[in-house]
Amino acid sequence: MKKLLLGNQAVARGLYEAGCRFVSSYPGTPSTEITEFAAGYDEVYAEWAPNEKVAVESAVGASLAGARSFCAMKHVGFNVAADPMFTASYSGVNGGLVVCVADDPGMHSSQNEQDSRHYAVAAKLPMLEPSDSRECRDFVKRAYELSEQFDTPALLRTCTRVAHSQCLVELHDRVEPALKPYEKNPRKNVAAPANAVLRHAEVEKRMDALRAFAETTDLNREEMGDTALGFVTSGTCYLYVKEAFPEASVMKLGLINPLPVEKLRAFAEKVDRVIVVEELDGVIERHMRMHGIRVDGGKDLFGCQGELSQNKIRRAMGVALPQARRYDEAVPGRPPVMCPGCPHRGLFTVLSKLKLTVLGDIGCYTLGSGAPLNAVDSVLCMGASIGMAHGFTKILGEEAARRSVAVIGDSTFMHSGITGVVNLAYNKSVATVLVLDNSITGMTGHQQNPTTGLTLKNEPTYPIKIEDICRASGIERVRVVDPQDMAATEAAIQEEIAADAPSVIIVRRPCALLKYVKAKPPLAVDPDRCRGCKACMKVGCPAIRFTDGKASVDATLCVGCGLCAQMCKFGAFEGGEDK
Amino acid sequence: MKTTSIMIVGVGGQGTLLASKLLGNVLTQQGYDVKLSEVHGMSQRGGSVVTYVRYGDRVYSPIVDEGEADYILSFELLESARWISYLKQDGVLLTNTQKTWPMPVITGAASYPEGILEKLSAMADVQAVDALALAEQAGSPKAVNVVLIGVLSRRMSDIPESAWLQAIEQTVPPRFLEMNLKAFRLGREF
Repeated sequence: MKKLLLGNQAVARGLYEAGCRFVSSYPGTPSTEITEFAAGYDEVYAEWAPNEKVAVESAVGASLAGARSFCAMKHVGFNVAADPMFTASYSGVNGGLVVCVADDPGMHSSQNEQDSRHYAVAAKLPMLEPSDSRECRDFVKRAYELSEQFDTPALLRTCTRVAHSQCLVELHDRVEPALKPYEKNPRKNVAAPANAVLRHAEVEKRMDALRAFAETTDLNREEMGDTALGFVTSGTCYLYVKEAFPEASVMKLGLINPLPVEKLRAFAEKVDRVIVVEELDGVIERHMRMHGIRVDGGKDLFGCQGELSQNKIRRAMGVALPQARRYDEAVPGRPPVMCPGCPHRGLFTVLSKLKLTVLGDIGCYTLGSGAPLNAVDSVLCMGASIGMAHGFTKILGEEAARRSVAVIGDSTFMHSGITGVVNLAYNKSVATVLVLDNSITGMTGHQQNPTTGLTLKNEPTYPIKIEDICRASGIERVRVVDPQDMAATEAAIQEEIAADAPSVIIVRRPCALLKYVKAKPPLAVDPDRCRGCKACMKVGCPAIRFTDGKASVDATLCVGCGLCAQMCKFGAFEGGEDK
Repeated sequence: MKTTSIMIVGVGGQGTLLASKLLGNVLTQQGYDVKLSEVHGMSQRGGSVVTYVRYGDRVYSPIVDEGEADYILSFELLESARWISYLKQDGVLLTNTQKTWPMPVITGAASYPEGILEKLSAMADVQAVDALALAEQAGSPKAVNVVLIGVLSRRMSDIPESAWLQAIEQTVPPRFLEMNLKAFRLGREF
């Protein structure tokens, strides 16, 4: 049976078919759905870990126990997981271990566009790169074979277009490999210096063997056509090349670390022009040039920023583009915004009003940086808000501490905010941290986390309380507010930023998109009472419009949260929530 | 058969993903090679969203580029203006007449352009439909996506109506089925 599968769904299918038993991941676009789909198979144990480092360590443990194991993460998640990954490369595996890292060229939903292939080179790990959903499924299985044959963790690299595109995939049955027996082997598994010296030699031998494998494997495929032009490419770029130049010769690379040398050299000799097409950095191109293989075009044609497409390749190659008509007037942008009824809106309206310096973090609340709230001063990486607030206030002193806060979500707090809070208590900080607890991991599309009381498989579990963690970390000033009550939220923030001690305010209200959060009837504006002062516009709600000097509410968008009514001094908003 | 390219454009939250799911379901059952590409995550939060759908004997790229779309199915008027450069010279724009203000318009930093539909109609083959009114007539403003799929289905004459009806039955929850079938017919017969 053939089914239309999302790339991420196909990776999960590959895990199922390969007999994978253990999956641990932290959500991150564009990798999230892999683990969600994997959780749909009863034969696969799947869980959300608090972060990518714990996920990888858990999977390494499961591999040591003899099972085929797996983690998925986005590219920046690999930074968090890099510590165990680099040494797992030395220890190798017992049961096969595959780690999927999903890059985001063009930064559809990310803070940078780092190229994960550098990690494969640096950690000396084989890396496979599928082009579409069918290869996602197939390459997962190939990655397990490589992992077990070469005694190494294997990496699977996807990108947004592969992860979030769908194509037809023929479904196969699951194989059920027996657990490999666990045997104590400190020489291999205890990464102490004396052992690691020996293991490094093994890693180099393994890379030599993988280099020989790269020359002969069908993962790297030569498709000879017109020899005037020869493209070297991989992943989604292969599909753009085939779309733009269906007649040309192509070297399609499926194993992108280590890369073949002689196979590429032989291909280059068969064609008149060799063009390397790869998104982000020139990893393949540099490899070819280093080995003295002719390259006639690469990063000089395509650059190293953003995504490619069939037209970008046509343009760079000097081929005519399809004719396109232009709308001859400026079209206003449509940036993402907080949803109607979002609990973060009330808090950011208060922060914007108080004009505080806000050290921000990664999540839906990053949207507090957009107009009209403009309330966020910095966003760096998961958990950075708390460390940055500490350094910022240490340098600028108590006066700055009275004018600044860190803002971090519940899931991000569990991921890497806890150590930041420990640091505040330990190093006598006076910073104030706002933990935005909306009872779910929001931006990635509603995943459970250690605070929600449910596992990935929807089983009840202990709901960790953020206030307990903060108190146990040595923070004495911990309180909870509801951001829907903007006056109470403002009063709490004023008190805590004035305090000469570190403090945490848990700003708690569930995400408006959660199924159990029921929308209230939409509000309406009484035009006779509206004075046109635009106070309601300050909350930045997509459901409020202003025409002919009066505010009005789009009833198809409004969920009746009533923040606008709290802003209105003239009682012009009617209906919705009583406040 | 050559590859046909469709784009579904709109505003995050309008239900464009259900529309592409229905389309993918229908095209798969017709035996075509099909590719779909969509963007998840941050841009879904009320931002401009686009889904690419391509089908034929053998489809390579999962995305549609400028000047390549045979059909653009647009859920919102400003988005029609934004994506019109992706329409093929002889392509057809099928657009909802609904307007959803983006944040720069709400804050007053920009204004919602006047006369979009007139301009687009002068540039290209355009069919405009008040899909919200038809969805409300069917029983729910949320059925805008199925109304628009109905509008598109009329154009794709190679696919029998029964295939669409079957895909809707397989995709929407039973308690909303009757309403969605009504929405589909209102769009198809518009």
